[in-house]
Amino acid sequence: MGNYVKLILLGLIAFFALYAANQARDIAYLVNALTIALVAAGMFIWVLRNTDEDRPVVDLSGEYMDGVVRAGVIATALWGVVGFLVGTFIAFQLAFPSLNFEWAQGYMNFGRLRPLHTSAVIFAFGGNALIATSFYVVQRTCAARLWGGNLAWFVFWGFQLVIVLAATGYLLGATQSKEYAEPEWYVDWWLTIVWVSYLAVFVGTLVKRKEPHIYVANWFYLSFIITVAMLHVVNNLSIPVSIFGSKSVQVFSGVQDAMTQWWYGHNAVGFFLTAGFLAMMYYFVPKQAGRPVFSYKLSIIHFWALIFLYIWAGPHHLHYTALPDWASTLGMVFSIILWMPSWGGMINGLMTLSGAWDKLRTDPVIRMMVISLGFYGMSTFEGPMMSIRAVNSLSHYTDWTIGHVHSGALGWNGMITFGCLYFLVPKLWNRERLYSLSLVSWHFWLATIGIILYAASMWVTGIMEGLMWREVDANGFLVNSFADTVSAKLPMYVVRGLGGVMFLAGALIMCFNLYMTVRRSPAVQTDNSAVPAE
Amino acid sequence: MAKKPQDNHEVETTGHKWDGIEEYNNPLPRWWLWVFYATIVWGIWYTIAYPAWPMISGATQGYLGFSTRANVQVELEAAEAANAGINERLAGVELASIPGDDELAGYARSAGEAVFNTWCVQCHGREGGGATGYPTLSDDAWLWGGTMEAIHTTVTHGIRNDEDPDARYSQMPAFGRDELLTEEEVVQVVNYVMSLSGEPQDAQAAAAGEEVFTYNCAACHGENAMGMEEQGAPNLTDAIWLYGGDYDALYETVWNSRFGVMPPWQERLTEAEIRAVSAYVHQLGGGE
Repeated sequence: MGNYVKLILLGLIAFFALYAANQARDIAYLVNALTIALVAAGMFIWVLRNTDEDRPVVDLSGEYMDGVVRAGVIATALWGVVGFLVGTFIAFQLAFPSLNFEWAQGYMNFGRLRPLHTSAVIFAFGGNALIATSFYVVQRTCAARLWGGNLAWFVFWGFQLVIVLAATGYLLGATQSKEYAEPEWYVDWWLTIVWVSYLAVFVGTLVKRKEPHIYVANWFYLSFIITVAMLHVVNNLSIPVSIFGSKSVQVFSGVQDAMTQWWYGHNAVGFFLTAGFLAMMYYFVPKQAGRPVFSYKLSIIHFWALIFLYIWAGPHHLHYTALPDWASTLGMVFSIILWMPSWGGMINGLMTLSGAWDKLRTDPVIRMMVISLGFYGMSTFEGPMMSIRAVNSLSHYTDWTIGHVHSGALGWNGMITFGCLYFLVPKLWNRERLYSLSLVSWHFWLATIGIILYAASMWVTGIMEGLMWREVDANGFLVNSFADTVSAKLPMYVVRGLGGVMFLAGALIMCFNLYMTVRRSPAVQTDNSAVPAE
Repeated sequence: MAKKPQDNHEVETTGHKWDGIEEYNNPLPRWWLWVFYATIVWGIWYTIAYPAWPMISGATQGYLGFSTRANVQVELEAAEAANAGINERLAGVELASIPGDDELAGYARSAGEAVFNTWCVQCHGREGGGATGYPTLSDDAWLWGGTMEAIHTTVTHGIRNDEDPDARYSQMPAFGRDELLTEEEVVQVVNYVMSLSGEPQDAQAAAAGEEVFTYNCAACHGENAMGMEEQGAPNLTDAIWLYGGDYDALYETVWNSRFGVMPPWQERLTEAEIRAVSAYVHQLGGGE
């Protein structure tokens, strides 16, 4: 019976998507509508073929649902490589503008590829890592199978569809021009549906947990899922120009729109890239180290302080703009008070290793997690510092910001995710161990040196261009033109690109290593049953 | 401080276990807590000192009277006041006398460079190096004249724009597209023009092109093809080309004509700024 409802629904979706494609006002909308029609039609056929087939009824309720986590791990690794590749390419486009090929104008120039890079690494790589690990962690720490049956699969595939629609839309020119929120209205609607389903799966699993208490990692995951839902909905309030076109008009305008955007943008960093990844840290670091978490008290205090303070820090992105001074002051003050709550997570992670520091020598996976915490600590110090108005007057609009973001994104988010993938793959595919630890070491060093090249070159060029912009002669006239700063930055842009190449090379080595782990490592029977630990 | 990591073993855990993970009941690190408190205390003081808390109408202004807008206003006024005297003198003197006046020329060079690097560099290139379609300003070849007066007029009103009725204006006919010349005649005159600056050409066509030139081009470019500044018509005998001097580029120019536009600057820049940038361009190398 359920299958017939599904068939009707999928048929309707395919039909309306085709109709919309026929009416499309622009190419991005046309391609996106055809994509949806294709997906719906494919699923229609798939459901049809499975209808009225006899299927043995198996009770899986006592077993963890790991298929969707495996899919998430693969997606994370693949999207990661795509995102790093595009990032490296656009880094070289900035150094050598002729890489904005004449024949690819309007599709593969820097302006089109840049949002593709940011969305691929943040949402496709980071998002898949968060969804996959949260599904893994919430089951283990609740000793319960994911709630909602195939809803978890819907979340996974629905999220991949968001990524594909957004990415093709960018290349074809559909964008809201809001940083990290570029997808147009219909993608936003779809993501809202997927995200609410994600929340349902997560909360449903928490509710049916067999452990008496909710583990700290799950607080962080939950705060991340709820806050991202709120941020996403408010920042994407817009009215489509036509239901058959991709363009929409924002509900807010002027400085209100800018403030809403950076309230969103900063908390995408705060809740997506910080709270969500701290959740990963809180499970995988103690697991990999085999040590108890350093301090329960610290986790509770820094959790509440972090989520209370982060939400107010957005205005520091708009210092010295049309934003009123009072809002800018508050953004700065909350950012600085945020320093210690951010470091709470680093302390808890690093101190968890006390008594197990010797593992740094023997276990490159732990090394990866430790350096990610190091980069986390560094960027959560740098962030509050850059939010100080006087510092910001130099750093704003320069490459220093780009360096800051990447020491956080590559160092913290990238490295902790790599660590988690190295932990998860043997567990999920029932392998005794990783294929090669020395390849993990190679990955570690390539990535670390790559990040250092990236961050250091951006500090140099950022501070240099900031100083060049404000340099005046004896009569008070500006000395440098914008083009002067651009040509002065060339060597540092090349160094940055090389850093990207190294980071990408490390990720490719990881993919190979994980693939070989699944193919070649000796199998082992791991316990997949959902039983409370005690 | 003397606590060694091993001491952790004596700290109790919370008694819970999730998938094998336990939690110690360690207290908050003292230094962490005190720095956290310190940032809070500092934050409270800072929001009293600076504009911070939104109220029903407006926000608290802070006792230091800080305002980013007021600060930038003060800086701008100070810079303007410092240069007010010399700006006034620059705007008032005879244009031609500026390059000879050491104080004015020196000031105009740095002020003019700032203007140039903000408004002109995008088309004319660094230090007036030029680009295809955008004249080089550092050589001796001038389309509309290279005296202070001429440059000043060009900057003030621009070229072939719709905004300024006093803009410099001239239009070369599209000889091929508008069928003023046959294709053969266009080929001939292109070869003739190429022969003037000694580039390789079809000698026969070039000889035939001289007559075409005399009847169609000499009115603006002059009998000897040395150009005419009143018409903005370039000298065709030198090796300097705005749109390129090879066969294809010249053919395109004669066939379709060109129509280079420069905006007027009198609405956007002050008289002193226009004079400063004129003097800057004048001293780039080719000022007359």
